[in-house]
Amino acid sequence: MYPYIPNTPLDEQEMLKAIGLESVDQLFEDIPKDIHLDKPLNIPESKSELEVSTYLKSLAEKNCTLSELTSFLGAGAYDHYIPSIVDAIISRSEFYTSYTPYQPEISQGTLQYIFEFQTLICKLTGMDVANASLYDGGTAVTEAALMACATSKKDEIIVSTGVNPESRQILKTYAHAQNLKVVEVDIKDGVTDIEALENMVSDNTAAVIVQNPNFFGIIEDLKTLGEVAHKGKKTSFIASVNPISLGLLKTPSELGVDIVVGEGQPFGIPLSFGGPYLGFMATKKEYMRKLPGRIVGETTDLDGKRSYVLTLSAREQHIRREKATSNICSNQGLNALAATVYMVTLGKDGLREVATQCAKKAHYAYEQLTKSGKYKPLFDKPFFMEFVLESHKDADELNKELRNENIVGGYNVSKDYPQYKNAVLYAVTEKRTKSEIDKLASVLEGMK
Amino acid sequence: MKVVKGLYYSNDHEWVKVEGDEAYIGISDYAQEHLGDIVYVELPEVDDELEKEDAFSAVESVKAAADVYLPVGGKVVAVNEALEDDPALLNSDPYENWIIKIQLADKAELEDLMSSEDYEKFLAEEV
Repeated sequence: MYPYIPNTPLDEQEMLKAIGLESVDQLFEDIPKDIHLDKPLNIPESKSELEVSTYLKSLAEKNCTLSELTSFLGAGAYDHYIPSIVDAIISRSEFYTSYTPYQPEISQGTLQYIFEFQTLICKLTGMDVANASLYDGGTAVTEAALMACATSKKDEIIVSTGVNPESRQILKTYAHAQNLKVVEVDIKDGVTDIEALENMVSDNTAAVIVQNPNFFGIIEDLKTLGEVAHKGKKTSFIASVNPISLGLLKTPSELGVDIVVGEGQPFGIPLSFGGPYLGFMATKKEYMRKLPGRIVGETTDLDGKRSYVLTLSAREQHIRREKATSNICSNQGLNALAATVYMVTLGKDGLREVATQCAKKAHYAYEQLTKSGKYKPLFDKPFFMEFVLESHKDADELNKELRNENIVGGYNVSKDYPQYKNAVLYAVTEKRTKSEIDKLASVLEGMK
Repeated sequence: MKVVKGLYYSNDHEWVKVEGDEAYIGISDYAQEHLGDIVYVELPEVDDELEKEDAFSAVESVKAAADVYLPVGGKVVAVNEALEDDPALLNSDPYENWIIKIQLADKAELEDLMSSEDYEKFLAEEV
């Protein structure tokens, strides 16, 4: 008898008798004796539920959480407010225990919320079609590049160094495996160097990828970058965007973007030590057949009732796998639901409010932190909710001192951009208060 | 199963209709029948240079997707854009509704293909 295995010894005997055997060992006679395990497994003794929860709690308490710290860390993951309705909805077991919606007759709930998610992502970005989501923002960037290569039958990808370094690493990993060429275009004064890009784009270019706001928080000139990208024959212009910024900025579709991707974590998903997050992707109708991952469509059943199904799957993983744009056969269902609940809870005005507060508070912080001249802005360009400051000391040292004051400082930019020494990228969300920002300013000001 | 006389046929169930140095290419009645209701036809671009055996199109039906291979090499001079709006034309009349028209690169390649009579025999063995 083992815990969690409900068969009693009597049950075992009856089952063995039914198949004409005497013992469990007889049942496994086919397995050679020399590979039998003849001793107990080398794992600790089992524990009671109370012991397990006490032990796990002690492990969890070793972590610091943002309930006791104030965070100014962003760089791709943000400490935004999550309305309580998000957790309430995604905690319904119908949602969080559901499986892949391959059988529409038993998956209408899942299919419907994915359809809603796609609709909202389309509205947010101004695009025609969105997929059911991808693993995270970095994967979405990469999958968009692969889609551009598949549609243009070309293999060169140009990516701005203003794109999140992690996304670029994922892109390079995939590109290496698929024999695609990745070329980086540098930034100049904090934004993608348009002149350099002009010299790089050719008829061999499958895609030009930029991020907006870029890794340094600065707003890129998407319209002009798109025009340059489109000088290549069948070149796709891809933008990785912060979805919160779309509460204030023009939609990517208005600015000539062909494929919009991004990290959906700011939409109701907790930081959770870096994941699981949510990649989103939206594009124009003409790319629909090459769109990776799942797409849910709305139709009617035999009785004419509205219903939802996975659609356009022929271009996907089920058949002709070697031809598929992507081999990711999954999506981030529960996080897509969280983002959906977040979007419908806030609505258009709510999202604009969040974006406005982020921008205003970030600009207030920028003024406070640069006032004395001790910390200098690295770039002088319009930004959304993040900005880079150069300081007199190493960023890690600086952050260590901030931690003593229960503040999580900004991102150490020199880790990925060695040319910017002692540079820190600060993020300010709508959750930060004036007193928290003032405290950050005064602690920084007092540093030796 | 309809087989039109005077065309060349390939083992992959494509047909070739030669007109001078150019040729129309499509899929046979057998091919459309086996695919079922066709919902999408992916077309190449005009001026694409293609070789014999290259996949130049993909035809998606409600139950499958199949690549369409070029029976003879050449340069694409026209694509049947009507298929973009109404892919089911391939079901209703696969011989009337060609997929692409090419400038033949090497007419000798036609000799490797089957005549309509050979193709009918080929089908009889398939079934």
